[in-house]
Amino acid sequence: MHELGVVFYVIKDVKEVALQNNINKVNSVTLDIGEVSGVIHEQLIDCWDWAKKREPVLEEAVLKINTIKAVTFCEDCKKEYETVAHGKICPYCGSENTYLLEGNEFSIKEIEVPDEDN
Amino acid sequence: MGKVRVIEIHENVFAKNDQKALETRKELALKDILFINVMSSPGSGKTTALSSLINKMKGEYKIGEMDVDIHTDIDARKVSDATGIETLQINNGGLCHIDADMTSRALEEYEKSGKLEDFDIIFLENIGNLVCPAEFDTGAHKNMMILSVPEGDDKPLKYPLMFSICDLVLISKIDTLSFFDFDIQKAKENILRLNPKAKIIPISAKTGEGMDEWQSWIEDCKKNLK
Ligand SMILES: Nc1nc2c(ncn2[C@@H]2O[C@H](COP(=O)(O)OP(=O)(O)OP(=O)(O)O)[C@@H](O)[C@H]2O)c(=O)[nH]1
Ligand SMILES: [Mg+2]
Ligand SMILES: [Zn+2]
Repeated sequence: MHELGVVFYVIKDVKEVALQNNINKVNSVTLDIGEVSGVIHEQLIDCWDWAKKREPVLEEAVLKINTIKAVTFCEDCKKEYETVAHGKICPYCGSENTYLLEGNEFSIKEIEVPDEDN
Repeated sequence: MGKVRVIEIHENVFAKNDQKALETRKELALKDILFINVMSSPGSGKTTALSSLINKMKGEYKIGEMDVDIHTDIDARKVSDATGIETLQINNGGLCHIDADMTSRALEEYEKSGKLEDFDIIFLENIGNLVCPAEFDTGAHKNMMILSVPEGDDKPLKYPLMFSICDLVLISKIDTLSFFDFDIQKAKENILRLNPKAKIIPISAKTGEGMDEWQSWIEDCKKNLK
């Protein structure tokens, strides 16, 4: 379980972006998280809600998670399939000669901030 | 509610850590210092194995050791008592892993006291855990882990990421093989299936078996650093 560790990474990055853009309040932070990245969403949100209170800029920021479907590619039959349903073994030809195309992501997609010009 | 504006970031959460790790690796290689990250479950024998290895090698090489214990400096003191070498305590704020920022802060401590340049090899005893440490690049040149006989030969199947990122897997406590249903051949197969390039060495810190082979592996890494 390293949800808290990665929350600290996210906070550090977002604080940096806020500083560069002269932002003093963030409404929300959206993460792109792959289905097989091994992160537990509820735990991530719990850690976030605990850690954000120590950061004035993020005090009210909501953490949003955008899930990215995991897709595996089979080298033998050149087909793609859903990783979560079938794992490492290709459901079309039974080969194990497969690799993950996407689904392992863990990145900060965007943040929402109050629009002060309006 | 007022209007909001969106700022796109699209940055991998691990990107900064990976960058820092890369810098640490480069900087240490330039100074000809080999940095090795040692991982395992709690109690697999990291402190014991490292202490005997360091005692074997310390005549010829200047060795440093970094330790993290969540609440005490027990391991750092054990290693320094057993070997007489300098140990450094990493403070990781009670987290489940060590990252590149933490190791670079510890290395800076060595640097400040003017000792960094003297080292030939630095070991990091990571936190006892087969999951989290595997996710974070520490800046080490080589990752190695210890799987001890009492843990069972199925561990590679349960913790695949750890076994796939390690350059070396020690199968330790082999002096206890007769008490456990641990099949070394099966363990090797399970490891190589995940990580065909892994080097595997069975060792016992008690009888000294395998220690020479481990030492040569380290010496080879040292030679190939530059
Ligand atoms: N029989 C036998 N016992 C060993 C061997 N290596 C370590 N031990 C014992 O295993 C126990 C744990 O060893 P440590 O070296 O403290 O293990 P560790 O991985 O550093 O533990 P943590 O830092 O707490 O995660 C100790 O009682 C050691 O004496 C070995 O090769 N054979
Ligand atoms: Mg220890
Ligand atoms: Zn196929």
